[in-house]
Amino acid sequence: MNRLSWFNTVSLTLGFAFLYIPMIILIIFSFNESKLVTVWAGFSTKWYGELINNEAFLNAAWVTLKVAVFSSTIATVLGTMAAYVLVRGGRFLGRTLFSGMIYAPLVMPEVITGLSLLLLFIGIGLDRGVLTIVLAHTTFSMCYVSVVVSSRLVTFDRSLEEAALDLGCSPAQAFRLVTLPIIAPAVISGWLLAFTLSLDDLVIASFTSGPSATTLPIKIFSAVRLGVSPEINALSTIMIAIVTIGVITASLVTKQSRVRAQRDEQAAARAQ
Amino acid sequence: MRRFALIAIPYVWLLALFLVPFVIVLKISLSDIALAIPPYTPTFSWDDGVWAFLKQLDFENFTWLAQDALYWKAYLSSLKIALISTALTLIVGYPIAYAMARAPEEWRPTLMMLIILPFWTSFLIRVYAWMGILSQEGFLNQFLLWTGLIGEPLTILNTSTAVYIGIVYTYMPFMILPIYSALERLDGSLIEAAEDLGCSRAQAFWLVTIPLSKNGIIAGSFLVFIPALGEFVIPSLLGGSDTLMIGKVLWEEFFSNRDWPVASAVAVILLLILVVPIVLFQRNQQKQQEAEQ
Repeated sequence: MNRLSWFNTVSLTLGFAFLYIPMIILIIFSFNESKLVTVWAGFSTKWYGELINNEAFLNAAWVTLKVAVFSSTIATVLGTMAAYVLVRGGRFLGRTLFSGMIYAPLVMPEVITGLSLLLLFIGIGLDRGVLTIVLAHTTFSMCYVSVVVSSRLVTFDRSLEEAALDLGCSPAQAFRLVTLPIIAPAVISGWLLAFTLSLDDLVIASFTSGPSATTLPIKIFSAVRLGVSPEINALSTIMIAIVTIGVITASLVTKQSRVRAQRDEQAAARAQ
Repeated sequence: MRRFALIAIPYVWLLALFLVPFVIVLKISLSDIALAIPPYTPTFSWDDGVWAFLKQLDFENFTWLAQDALYWKAYLSSLKIALISTALTLIVGYPIAYAMARAPEEWRPTLMMLIILPFWTSFLIRVYAWMGILSQEGFLNQFLLWTGLIGEPLTILNTSTAVYIGIVYTYMPFMILPIYSALERLDGSLIEAAEDLGCSRAQAFWLVTIPLSKNGIIAGSFLVFIPALGEFVIPSLLGGSDTLMIGKVLWEEFFSNRDWPVASAVAVILLLILVVPIVLFQRNQQKQQEAEQ
């Protein structure tokens, strides 16, 4: 029963070809000698060299990284708080509004979020720059963090926390010593999600950034509007490589920790 | 006290940076365009009082949107593009999800990761990758010319076809994952029972597999349809000047025409259109959760 029929094999092959061939072509042609992106003229790494000397791109990359680190960190703190409130907070005034505001940004078109935040920043007279992009990114990514963390909190065995409280922990100690270590994987994946969302965002950043702060997606977008360029191919290849290494490492680490947890459980069972 | 702070901090943050901005969009959509900075009037001031301010607001921008054929066309063609590309994503995604659910168990985590990996890569780069493939002298045309299927290059880039391809490509994981998780839970003995009772393979598929993966299909379709409707990057990089999508219209109204009141009115109507599928989606999710409990 577990053998794939030819139809299944064909759909998997074609499906993954469709998903990966565009990126593979992109990577191959980033090593193309020619300026013409669709004609192969021999192997060369010169576009990577030009990229390293392109100050505008490097500045944009630095701004993007700063924005991503700050916004994802603040978003993780706020999103974890929001998840805790939603799952454990009980009833309070305006709870429906609160959960609505957590879920709405997930389905909101980016153009609307961007436009509305820009109008707010202009309304209160805040100069557009790194700060406004951080505020904007924090707002939408905290909602993603909160969804990830609350799905972990829902399945969490509450009696562990109660035991800590019975044994004399203060609520803050119980949270730090019991709850946080258990939900930590969810908090970390929430942070990673917020970080990639921020790195990736073009639309909201375009609305909320000023002339003093250009992020990498904005820079890439204005370059590719004029057509395909080998320099952008090189930049894309670097970004794809970083993500691939990151995702594979993360999955290996989780797999290893799962194996270790299983071994511990078995050892505990034997000891009994 | 600590509980109060825990609730208040994220609450106030979202009120200030999510809800208040919407009220501002609504207000500006009811204002008039003006040659000033910021380019709209009236601007609120406490001196005139709230009532005098409210009296200056009107629905002019909305009447204007309703009268101008451009906006009607843009809304309708966004709906059309979103619907068709959702259907295409389903047709392409379902067989992949089905094959993944049938694959040997030890392959599944790897297949899952291969589906999720593109999701972590930059959206912009994934759309950009298609520009080199679909252009006049791009790889697809080179390939088709080489095989002799076509005599001269096809124009695909800067047409609606390219937009469909772009949406199917970038949103495919959103369609595959919910369908896969529905199919993975499907009990294989049900299909065997149907076949024992005289169903052909195709009949068993239509009568058993499809209905049992309905929830996955519905969830996946919403996850593609809702973001596709307000999409901006794909139509502006792959679409042509005749590909009208409302996200792009809003962007141009704001950045090129600098007409903030009209851009805000476009945003308000887009939101009103989206409310229906969003509410339907939430209902479906809730029903599913209740069924599971």
